[in-house]
Amino acid sequence: MSEFSSISAFQEALYAGRTTCTETVQLYLDRIGQTKHLNAFLEVFEEEALEKARALDSRIKNGEPVGALAGVVIGIKDVICYKGHKVSAASRILEGFTSLYSATAVERLLAEDVIIIGNLNCDEFAMGSTNENSAYGPVLNALDNTRVPGGSSGGSAVAVQAGLCMVSLGSDTGGSVRQPADFCGIVGLKPTYGRISRHGLIAYASSFDQIGVFGRNIADVAKVLQSIAGPDEYDSTASKEEVPDYQTIHNKSWKIAYLKDALYHEGLDPEMKEGYSIFFEELETAGNTVTAVDFAYLDYVVPAYYVLTTAEASSNLSRFDGVKYGHRTSLKNLELTDFYKKSRSEGFGKEVKRRILLGTFVLSAGYYDAYYTKAQQVRKLVVDKLSEILSEYDAILMPTVPSTAFKIGEKSNDPIAMYLADIYTVLANLAGVPAISVPLRRHSNGMPYGVQIITKQFSEASLLNIADHVMNISQATPV
Amino acid sequence: MEVNETLVQQLADLARLEFSEQEKTEIKGDLQKMITFVEKLNELDTTNVKPLLHMTADSNVLREDRVIPSISREEGLLNAPDANEQYFKVPKVIRK
Repeated sequence: MSEFSSISAFQEALYAGRTTCTETVQLYLDRIGQTKHLNAFLEVFEEEALEKARALDSRIKNGEPVGALAGVVIGIKDVICYKGHKVSAASRILEGFTSLYSATAVERLLAEDVIIIGNLNCDEFAMGSTNENSAYGPVLNALDNTRVPGGSSGGSAVAVQAGLCMVSLGSDTGGSVRQPADFCGIVGLKPTYGRISRHGLIAYASSFDQIGVFGRNIADVAKVLQSIAGPDEYDSTASKEEVPDYQTIHNKSWKIAYLKDALYHEGLDPEMKEGYSIFFEELETAGNTVTAVDFAYLDYVVPAYYVLTTAEASSNLSRFDGVKYGHRTSLKNLELTDFYKKSRSEGFGKEVKRRILLGTFVLSAGYYDAYYTKAQQVRKLVVDKLSEILSEYDAILMPTVPSTAFKIGEKSNDPIAMYLADIYTVLANLAGVPAISVPLRRHSNGMPYGVQIITKQFSEASLLNIADHVMNISQATPV
Repeated sequence: MEVNETLVQQLADLARLEFSEQEKTEIKGDLQKMITFVEKLNELDTTNVKPLLHMTADSNVLREDRVIPSISREEGLLNAPDANEQYFKVPKVIRK
């Protein structure tokens, strides 16, 4: 949709004087203006983006040095703080809240001279798989407006899908970057837990959350990751593991495994199953080995995920009490407990309350061991089994989602059906390993679907290489 | 595990949330479904499996304790639902 196929093609034109930042930003602003019905943006930083673009243009003209991401037009999910700008996690409870500092990821992007064009709609507190849980209304899939874009980073996915920015940031706690990337026909990366600092990311489930990147190709995603990955004094869980070169592609053949339990799962769309089987053969033809392996825990990953994430969420979201920031009830003369209850109940949406209650349950006296500890033990089993597979193979390939994008409203009355759609994505978050979804094919219903690649912790370089290889073989182009 | 109204009320109290009678019926049904769903974990034998508590291999991540500027009072009060120039204002909670 953009006239440039990649960031490097854009920058080449920029430095050769064939385009300017101002012209490019204006083009994106125009498109944003024409696609308001998609509801992808919660706020567009129009004046500010243009001002930044003009400043960059004059620096380039004067031959001054600029950052690695100079002129890159980027959108950020409404759970990532940007100093002086509103951030609400798409919740009424944070309506009107202004960030006092920028997330480390945002600081690093700004240091490389990106242009942040706006903040992007999502499910409230990143809880959801359809972007229907936003206090500011649903986001529509640009390819078919009767379908959801996926969630929770729906706005971030659609912004890239519809050409409203070059790349975007999302967050992925159980698939919130990969699933919408799959539904929208683009690339979505969730790095290793701890690869990107979570400082300035509004917390949902702290042992799962990770900032992720949306793009139209692997090179763009690698470029963004290169800038934002690495240790951070403000987040002790951000790893000190060296940040290698993510941007060089090494052509080699790979040892790939696929999980039988995932490919033959009863929930997987039959046409997609066929598509994956054919693709695995194509991968072999291209010189890779593709081996079927067993993974008996697949049906347990979603239950374990919901116990652990709701527990962490109930704790993380206890900070919203209507005292120092956030929504406060306008009712007067309340007892203290009722003051908290009113403020929180007026501010949080339905799905958030559901998850807080489940989390409170699994952490409460008498149930803690049977539910919470049990899920932590299952997490251990899952991590060990996955490590075992990844010590023998370079990567695991499997579907990203069992179906193509749902119709709007299709699953909203059945939380369990909605949760089960996360079956292939939560695995990487449970184990803290990196995973990416890349577009694979079009379904006969017209919608795209992708394939997910998982590698071992801190092996994003191989992950991106394999993803590039996969895209070359499938010849899939982003929507 | 059966979810009844007493449990829903107890959890709502702990979580500082409240629900109308109609919402309570719905929440009770949802919670029942969710709890039954996660009880699937009981099918797995986890005897002697150590629960996984930390996602990173790092432990005791330490750094020098330096005093560095943080936010100003004005900034700190910026997002307050109610404040004067110096303090957050809260409703009176101590009664005679």
